[in-house]
Amino acid sequence: MEHVKCECGHVNPHGTAFCESCGKPLEENTEKKLLDMRYEGSARRSQTYNKTIVDKIWAFFSSVKVGVALIVITLIASAIGTIFPQEMYIPPNVSPAEYYADQYGWAGKLYYKLGFNNLYGSWWYMLLIASIGVSLVICSLDRVIPLYRALKKQGVTRHPNFLRRQRLFSTSRVADVDDVFKQVKEKLAQRRYHIREENGNILAEKGRFSRWGPYVNHIGLIIFLIGAMLRFVPGMYVDEVLWIREGETKEIPGTHGKYFLKNEKFIFETYEKGKENEVFNAAIDRVGSGTVAKNYQTNVVLYKRVGPVVAGAEPKLKKIKEYKIRVNEPLKYDHYALYQVDFKQNEPYKMAFQLMDKTSKKSFGTVVIDLHNPKPSYNLGNGYRVELLSYFPDFYFDEDGNPSTKSKVPNNPAFVFKMLTPDKPKGEVSFVAIQQTIEPFGNNKYKMAFAGLETRNVSGLTVRRDFTLWILGVGGAIFMIGVVQGMYWNHRRIWLQRVNGEVWLAAHTNKNWFGLKNEIRRVIEGTGLAMPIDQAEEEKKAAQGGQAHGATK
Amino acid sequence: MAQLSSTLLYIAFILYLIGTFFFGGAIRDKKGKEKKEKDRWAQLGIMTTIIGFVSQLGYFITRWIAAGHAPVSNLFEFTTFFGMMLVAAFIVIYFIYKISILGLFTLPVALLVIAYASMFPREITPLIPALQSDWLHIHVTTAAAGEAILAVSFAAGLIYLVRVVDQSKPSKRTFWLEVVMFCLITTLGFVLVSTSFNLADYEAKFTWVDKNEQKSEVVYNMPALVGPHEGKLVKESADRFEPFVYMPAIINAKKLNTVIWSFIGGTVLYVLLRLVLRKRVAAALQPLVKNVNLDLTDEISYRAVAIGFPVFTLGALIFAMIWAQIAWTRFWGWDPKEVWALITWLFYAAFLHLRLSKGWHGEKSAWLAVIGFAIIMFNLVAVNLVIAGLHSYAGT
Ligand code: HEM
Repeated sequence: MEHVKCECGHVNPHGTAFCESCGKPLEENTEKKLLDMRYEGSARRSQTYNKTIVDKIWAFFSSVKVGVALIVITLIASAIGTIFPQEMYIPPNVSPAEYYADQYGWAGKLYYKLGFNNLYGSWWYMLLIASIGVSLVICSLDRVIPLYRALKKQGVTRHPNFLRRQRLFSTSRVADVDDVFKQVKEKLAQRRYHIREENGNILAEKGRFSRWGPYVNHIGLIIFLIGAMLRFVPGMYVDEVLWIREGETKEIPGTHGKYFLKNEKFIFETYEKGKENEVFNAAIDRVGSGTVAKNYQTNVVLYKRVGPVVAGAEPKLKKIKEYKIRVNEPLKYDHYALYQVDFKQNEPYKMAFQLMDKTSKKSFGTVVIDLHNPKPSYNLGNGYRVELLSYFPDFYFDEDGNPSTKSKVPNNPAFVFKMLTPDKPKGEVSFVAIQQTIEPFGNNKYKMAFAGLETRNVSGLTVRRDFTLWILGVGGAIFMIGVVQGMYWNHRRIWLQRVNGEVWLAAHTNKNWFGLKNEIRRVIEGTGLAMPIDQAEEEKKAAQGGQAHGATK
Repeated sequence: MAQLSSTLLYIAFILYLIGTFFFGGAIRDKKGKEKKEKDRWAQLGIMTTIIGFVSQLGYFITRWIAAGHAPVSNLFEFTTFFGMMLVAAFIVIYFIYKISILGLFTLPVALLVIAYASMFPREITPLIPALQSDWLHIHVTTAAAGEAILAVSFAAGLIYLVRVVDQSKPSKRTFWLEVVMFCLITTLGFVLVSTSFNLADYEAKFTWVDKNEQKSEVVYNMPALVGPHEGKLVKESADRFEPFVYMPAIINAKKLNTVIWSFIGGTVLYVLLRLVLRKRVAAALQPLVKNVNLDLTDEISYRAVAIGFPVFTLGALIFAMIWAQIAWTRFWGWDPKEVWALITWLFYAAFLHLRLSKGWHGEKSAWLAVIGFAIIMFNLVAVNLVIAGLHSYAGT
C-alpha cells in the first residue's frame, strides 16, 4: 500500500486528506476555505479504492446516502403495511383472499394480490432489513478504524493551514503569552479538558469517547438484528397454545412432556357500578356497568413429571407451584412463561337427562353424561337402562341430511339413546338434541327429559419460551448507551498556538457549536485573547448577503 | 380530588395562554423599547409558564391519587400529558438558550394539544387488564416525553421556516408552510366545532348495520353530514339533520363526520384569517421572527432532536417492547401503533444521518423537523382514531 509522508515527518495512509499528525492538507488546491473535519480527513477504504467489485460493493454499502435510502424505503414499506390489517389480525376462520376483497373492495383485492397482507414477513421486507444490517456493519468498519487511527495519531502542534481553516479561529496579540496560556490552561482544566502541551503549544480536548457513540449504537443494532434472526433457529423459541378446561390437567405443549398444568378455576370479572372506586362511576355509566373487563385469571397448579415416560401409563406428577395467571402476570418457570390470552365461558360440561314416562311423567332415574367422556351405557337399576348409541358433540346435519359433528368440542351436543325398560325390553330409540327430539321408529312410550346442564370455563393460555430475549436486551442496551454517548456528549478540541509572535486559537466540535462558543468565551474571559470568529457563519452571511435581508421585507 | 384536579388543569391552560401573550410582548419590536423591558416581558412569560406547569403537575398528581393509577391510560389523559411534557421540554430548552420566540411558538402548540385532548371523554376510567401494568405507565410517560422534546424541534423548525421562506412571491415553500399553518388552524377548528355542538347538547341517534351485518346504534354529537352504513335516524332523533350520504360499513362514519366538520371549521377560520390579514398566515407571522438568529434556531431544532431521539427510543420502543412481552406475550406484534412508532424512529434516524453526513442544516433540517412532527401527530391522532389496533384506548 502506498503511503504519503507529510513534511512534519508523519507517514499517512494513502487517501488521507490532511496529515493525521499536524493537519497539513495533503491534497492542496481545494477551493473550500474550511476543512472537512468529519472523519479527521482520514483515509476511508470506500473513498480510496474503487476498482474491484468488492470495492464497489463496499463503497455502496458504506455510503450514508444508500443507508438513508434503505431506511426511508423501509419506513414507507412499513407504513403501507398499516393501511389494512395484516393477515394475523383478521378473523382466523375466513380465507384471506375473500376477507380482503369482501371488506375493502378492489383496494383490498390489490393489497392481497401484492402480498401486503403479510408484508412484514415477506422476503423483500426481510431483505430490506438485512441490507440495513449489512450497511451498518460496512459503514461502521469503513469509518471507525481510520477515525480511531487519526485521533490517536493527532499531534499537538498543527500546521498553520490547519488552524486557519477551522470553523472557529482567531489570532490575537497579548503582552505576556506565558501568563495567558497559564490562565487558559487552568480554566480549561477546570472544565475537564484533557490538556497536552508541546513546544509551548496547547491541545485541549474533551469528550473524545462520544465520537464512538454512533459505532457503539450500530453494534447494538446489529446484535439486536442477530437476536431477531435467531428466533428462526429451532429450540430458541417456543410458541404454543394451551386450551385447558376447569378441572383438567394437561401436558404443557412445547415442554416435551416435562410439565403439566391443572386449571383449578378461570375467573372473569368486570367493573360494576357500586363495587368500584366512586371516581370511576362516570366512566362506567358511559359504557355500561359490567361491560368493561377488570380481570382475566386462571388459577393453576404446575406439575413436573417424575420418573420415566411410559407409553399409555398415567404420568407421575409432582406439584411444583400454585399460581394465579393474570394478564400482565404470566407464570414463569424454567424459562417457560404461561400467559393468559383467551378464554371461553360456560362450555357445556355435563348434561343430565331423566328417563321418563311420557304420559305419567314418572321418572325412573337420572343419567349424567360427561360430554367429553360419555359412557356407552348407564344403568338406572330396577331393569331400567340407557344406552348411548351415538354422540355428536358439535351437532349439525351434513349435506346428505345425516346428523354429524363439526368438532370434538361439545358446543351443541346431540345423542342417540336407546332406552331399555322392563316393559320394552327391545328398547326404544330416541334422538335428542338441544330443543329437539326425534323418534325415528315411531311413537315412544318413554323419553329422555332434559334435566340440567353443567358448564365450565375454558382458559386459553400461550406457552412461550424465548432464548433470544437476552440478546435483544443486550443489543437494545448497547444501542441506548451508544446513542446517549454520541448525543449527550460532544467531542471538543481547542488549539492554542504561538505563530509569529501571535496567539492562534482554533476550535472544533463534532456538534453543538453554540455550547463550544460559550465555553470558549468563558475560558478566554479577561485574558485579552480574541473571541474566535465563526467562519462558517461568516461565509454564509457573505453568500446570502442582501438576499436574506430581502426575505424579511 | 377529581374536581380539584380538573380545576388545576383549567388554571394551567389559562396560564399557558397568558404566558403566550407575555412572550409576544417580549419580542414585539417597538422603536426605542429598552432591552431591559423586553427581558421583563420574557421573565413574566417564563414565570407564568412555570406556574402553569406546576399547576398542571398538580392536576396530574391529584388525578393519579384519585384514580389510583398514573393518568396516562386514555386518550384524554395521554394527550394532556403530552402537552405537559411539551411545556416541560420548552422550559428546559428556554433555560439553555433564553429565546422568547420559542415560547411564542411552543405554548400555542401545547395549548392546542391540551384543548384537543379535552374533546375526548374526560372521566377517570378504570383500567382494563392489559393496561394494569407499571411497565405500561413507564412506557407511555417516557414515549410522551420523547415526543414532546421532538415537538420542540418542530416549533424551532417552524420559526426557522417562517423566517426564511420568501413571502414576496408564491412558491412551493410558501404553499407547504401554509399547509402547516392550515393544519394547526384545523385543530383549532376541531376544538371550536366540538365545543359548540357540545354546549348545544346536540345528539342524533342512528341505527345502522356494521360490517359483520350486526345491527347497532350510534350517537352523533355533531350534525351528521355523512351517515353510517344503512343508517336510519331513530324516532326520538327524527327532527335531526339527515346525512347527505351514507358510508359503507368499513368506514367509521362518525369519525369521518368529525373530521369533515373539523375541516370545515378550519377552512372557515383560515379564510377569515386570510381576509383579515390580507396575506398568507406565515407572511403575517414573519415580522414576529425577523430578529431571530437563524443559526441558533437551527441549533435548537437539532438539539431537541438529539435529546429527544434517545428518550423516544427508550420510551416508544424499548419500554414498549418490555411491556408488550409481558402483556401480549411477544415484544413486537406489528400492530399499527407499534409500526408507526418504528416509522417515527426510522424517520428521525434518517434525519440525524442526513444532518450529520449529508450536511442537511438550516432550511432542509427545519422541513424535516416539521415532517417528523407530522408523523408523531399522525400516530397520535389518525392511528388512534382510524387505524386503531390493540392500543386503541380511544373509544368512540
Ligand atoms: C435504523 C438504522 C440506524 C440507526 C437507528 C442509526 C443510528 C445512528 C445514530 C443515532 C447516529 C449518531 C448520529 C448523530 O450523532 O447525530 C448514527 C451515525 C451514523 N450512522 Fe447510523 N443508524 C442506522 C443505520 C445506519 C446505516 C444503514 C448506515 C449506513 C450507511 C449508517 C451510517 C452512519 C454513519 C456514517 C454515522 C455517522 C458517524 C459519524 O459521522 O461519526 N447508519 N447512526
